[in-house]
Amino acid sequence: MKRKSSLELALKAVLDRKFETMLKIEKLNVSVGETQILKNLDLEIKAGEVHAIMGPNGTGKSTLANTIAGRSDYEVGSGSISFMGEDLLAKEPHERAAEGIFLGFQYPVEIPGVSNLNFLRTALNSQRRHRGEDDMSAAEFMKLVRAKADELGLKPEMLKRFVNVGFSGGEKKRNEMVQMAVLNPTLAVLDETDSGLDIDALKVVSDGINAQRRDDTAILLITHYQRLLDYVQPDFIHVMSGGKIVKSGDKSLALELEEEGYAAFEA
Amino acid sequence: MAGTAEAKKQVEDAVGDYRYGFKTDIETEFAPKGLSEEVIRFISAKKNEPEWLLEWRLKAYHLWLKMDEPDWAKVDYPKIDYNDIYYYAAPVRKEIDSLDEVDPELLRTYEKLGIPIREQEVLAGVKGAAKVAVDAVFDSVSVATTFREELTKAGVIFMSISEAVREYPEMVKKYLASVVPVRDNFFATLNCAVFTDGTFVYIPKGVRCPMELSTYFRINAENTGQFERTLIIADEGSYVSYLEGCTAPMRDENQLHAAVVELIALDDAEIKYSTVQNWYPGDKDGKGGIYNFVTKRAHCKGKNSKVSWTQVETGSAVTWKYPSCILSGENSVGEFYSVAVTNNKQQADTGSKMIHLGKGSRSTIIAKGISTGRSNSTYRGLVKVLGGADDVRNYTQCDSLLLTDKCGAHTVPYIEVKNPTAQIEHEATTSKISDDQLFYCRARGLDEEEAVAMIVNGFCKEVMQHLPMEFAVEAQKLLGISLEGSVG
Repeated sequence: MKRKSSLELALKAVLDRKFETMLKIEKLNVSVGETQILKNLDLEIKAGEVHAIMGPNGTGKSTLANTIAGRSDYEVGSGSISFMGEDLLAKEPHERAAEGIFLGFQYPVEIPGVSNLNFLRTALNSQRRHRGEDDMSAAEFMKLVRAKADELGLKPEMLKRFVNVGFSGGEKKRNEMVQMAVLNPTLAVLDETDSGLDIDALKVVSDGINAQRRDDTAILLITHYQRLLDYVQPDFIHVMSGGKIVKSGDKSLALELEEEGYAAFEA
Repeated sequence: MAGTAEAKKQVEDAVGDYRYGFKTDIETEFAPKGLSEEVIRFISAKKNEPEWLLEWRLKAYHLWLKMDEPDWAKVDYPKIDYNDIYYYAAPVRKEIDSLDEVDPELLRTYEKLGIPIREQEVLAGVKGAAKVAVDAVFDSVSVATTFREELTKAGVIFMSISEAVREYPEMVKKYLASVVPVRDNFFATLNCAVFTDGTFVYIPKGVRCPMELSTYFRINAENTGQFERTLIIADEGSYVSYLEGCTAPMRDENQLHAAVVELIALDDAEIKYSTVQNWYPGDKDGKGGIYNFVTKRAHCKGKNSKVSWTQVETGSAVTWKYPSCILSGENSVGEFYSVAVTNNKQQADTGSKMIHLGKGSRSTIIAKGISTGRSNSTYRGLVKVLGGADDVRNYTQCDSLLLTDKCGAHTVPYIEVKNPTAQIEHEATTSKISDDQLFYCRARGLDEEEAVAMIVNGFCKEVMQHLPMEFAVEAQKLLGISLEGSVG
């Protein structure tokens, strides 16, 4: 697969007049229990862009991802998040999903007794109904899901297994990528999707992310390590520390981080 | 949040809504209220019963008078006034020979009950519609038995027990109360005295019953008890699958349901008995609802005989029910698969008893309890191995899932083993529905109700897969409905 450079992408977006704001986060403050995690965080993501947020553990990267997806334990004190021009914080998690937000979980959850196929089909059709579309027929769905599983190297028998039950770390992440490909979100927020992967799995996951990369989609990568960025080239890199973004730049920032470590950027 | 208030409202509306809570206005004939010798004679006379059966009933009645209502179950309900109940209620037209005679009002009731379309067609007599035979028990009288002809060809007897008393008295005499003795327990003895109708099934030697047999019970009239009696005999090498579905209209009063079900499996015979019980559970505050005090027991009498009980229990205010197997046949097999859902103020004390007398007999118990609201669910089970039963195996697994922090789940296993060769395993888990699972589902686009239904259905998978296909689909939907508004 030929990867487009960010310049090409940006140019194309301008030409297509798609250079519009997808996600806009302003002065976001979020606490979990008594502890304030995010402090006046600002972030703007436009269609066609890939952003990477890097930073040491405990700086609020996962909090940001979960807040975007609507997890209720994360309490928004003040600030705003708009998505496609609408107030995201007013929406329930399943509404956010139906309207195009996908959260790739750092630790995908096991659901015993529920097959992957059943889970994914229910999810897809719930989203479609929310958008006023008809359910996808069983045949059409099977075709779609088989194709995506094949592309991402998920063995067909894994589709019949219970959601994430007994999956290896790599299989779980691959499964997340299949879900993303089938649900086809506008904004994918991938929370440490690269953690715990061997090099082969990392490549597959990267292919999945790159396949989702289009002019009309955006991707927010949350990662601890530079190595994912060898395979997925972000347009922007943000360094997070102490609950806010302390530095933003292009992909050269990742190399800088590599050399100097996070300590140089601490808030 | 904006969507939440609206969703909550919908949920509240849904919770108060018992889908089967309608009553049918048809003329009903009652026995005088209360219980006495006179009432029993009335019932017996109404049913043109032979003298021996009347005697049998009266004997049971006198035994019952000296018995005490059991109080060992973990259920709590006000004292029942047994003299404030109608023991017999029948739609006035009670002898029905052909389907054309079925009161259209009654057919409409079955429609509202959600009896699957295919079975409605059967009831309506549409030819070649289905391979499910339905015997519908409306209040106390069996209304119509469908597919009689095709079954007759196979030699299968499927009729109301009142008919069987007249047509096959020897068989009824031989097996009635052979598994659940007259003096077995308070409610079973009461049933012997006043049972009004029920189903009789006989599968001859070597016959695989050509269709699934199905009975729908429904309680309609106010203050009636439903005391049906089911007797199923599977002769050597035969097989039958029997489905039982139950609903009742919404009433503020509590209604009593005290049934007795007896199954007999001879050599190499297999009986599969599936129940979806959706009696009215009472309202949110526990007002009204059915008392479901049922005795179900199978006798795996022959060698290699097998009985499986599968139940999905979502209804009733109070459930007291322990479908059991007496495994006296060599290498006989008993199975119990159960899902019990309790919501609001429902109480369920249910489980199974596996009594091993036969050498090499095996049993499996898989019980899944789901509690929400302020409900209480108890698994109570007995595994007993007698001295002469060598090489017995039992596996028991009880899993409880709690959806709120005001509900309870309890597991009370009794294990009595008198033979050192027995292998008994018991596993039990209790878990709360996890926020991680819920959020994972919701982040993929499922709303809260869908997410709960999906997780719970997954939790029940091992049991659901034992239900016949059509029943499983209904049961899955029922689980979803029973759990509406249960989290949060």
